[in-house]
Amino acid sequence: MHHLVIDRWSRGSSFLHQRDPRAKLAALLLFLIVLSTTPTSVQGAFGGYAVVLIIAVYMARLPILGLTARAALILPFSATFALLTWWSGDSLRALALVEKSFLSGLAALLLVATTPLTGWTAALESWRVPRMLILVMQFVYRYLFVIAEQAQRMRWAAACRGSRKQPKSRGFRLAAGLVGVLFARSWQRADGIYHAMLARGFRGRFVPAAPAPFRASDAVFLSACLAGCLAIRVLL
Amino acid sequence: MTPAIQIRGLRYRYPDGTQALNGIDFHLDAGESVALFGANGSGKTTFVLHLNGLLRGEGSVEICGVPLADQTLEQIRSKVGVVFQDSDEQLFMPTVLEDVAFGPLNLGLSPDDALTRARTVLKRVGMAHALERAPYHLSAGEKKRVAIAGVLAMDPEILVLDEPTTFLDPPTRRDLLTLLRSLPQAKVVVTHDANLARALTTRAVFFEQGRIGGEGEVIEIIQRFHWEYS
Repeated sequence: MHHLVIDRWSRGSSFLHQRDPRAKLAALLLFLIVLSTTPTSVQGAFGGYAVVLIIAVYMARLPILGLTARAALILPFSATFALLTWWSGDSLRALALVEKSFLSGLAALLLVATTPLTGWTAALESWRVPRMLILVMQFVYRYLFVIAEQAQRMRWAAACRGSRKQPKSRGFRLAAGLVGVLFARSWQRADGIYHAMLARGFRGRFVPAAPAPFRASDAVFLSACLAGCLAIRVLL
Repeated sequence: MTPAIQIRGLRYRYPDGTQALNGIDFHLDAGESVALFGANGSGKTTFVLHLNGLLRGEGSVEICGVPLADQTLEQIRSKVGVVFQDSDEQLFMPTVLEDVAFGPLNLGLSPDDALTRARTVLKRVGMAHALERAPYHLSAGEKKRVAIAGVLAMDPEILVLDEPTTFLDPPTRRDLLTLLRSLPQAKVVVTHDANLARALTTRAVFFEQGRIGGEGEVIEIIQRFHWEYS
């Protein structure tokens, strides 16, 4: 699974991995703002942003091909809109749409691949993102594996009883049934998890462990990111 | 001496109308270990969910002399540690260390003290090497050990273990049994495993359709209710 690989990547020890998640999140936000406000006609700037990201991937000691392949998953979605824009006669804007979405995806992936889930969700919490939203993200991430495993077992069980030989109409009914059962089981599991949390004294709020201090090196990193993005934006 | 658990006339009906418990009287002495036997759906798990107030039925429940009530819920949950059958339901934090520290933090310990306690119990259950690992990357036996550590970190006086050996291979069962036998707490063990009950507990209670059908020494109950398949 892709998220298993990213989870492993996020536990690295490079310079980027060691930066405070708040600094990395702020750098990502700055990058996205600069990227989204870059005029479509300044094609050189997009090349500059790509070079910055490639250098960051190299510094994080991550596999560039693996990372770009995963970032490319966004392309089918953005390409649809780019195609419509191209048909309307604005080919430069269509190209920029693809470039911006791909670079945004790569930058966000770089954050997730260099920061464990606890780090970037703690950074979001420090930015006053609603706690409930963060809890939902954490639980979805945690139980995605369990639910995916259940879905896989149910699919195997169906295959063992010859589901592949059925006509398409019955195949759809089977799929609908599997999704329904998966939903019911997820609900049961959610109930079980809630019981387990109550049993260990949960009172509706996660008590955080002490956050790491924001160091001078994190401030330098954030300033360098800001300066780099602005330099590309202004000079190219 | 105050019993660890004293229950009188416990009844519970699920919202769908199923009468799961129908007048249970039960006691457990401090430091004693008891096995709960019974067919699937006989009310064992429903019963243990009453021990720390996760379910609330009619009748009286006293834990270490403290009656179960809204005001005493937190106190009772710190005394009764429940290890659930499915470890995946119990391990919900991103790393093993954070998961084990979850309970102590809820008890009001400082982050430093909670993490220190978590490290100590993880070492005790043989999982000190996995502090920063994600729970979903562990084997079934490792998950069970971490789940037990999460409960031990709350320093409970009573351990409730719901089918602790389910999904475990024989060597892992053996290791788990050694670990459980080394723990001084009173234990309530819900199980179908007669060997586990013989090795871990001295007394057994047999559940039948929401009632206690019999209780006595483990061997006696196994023989009386034919609770072995060989």
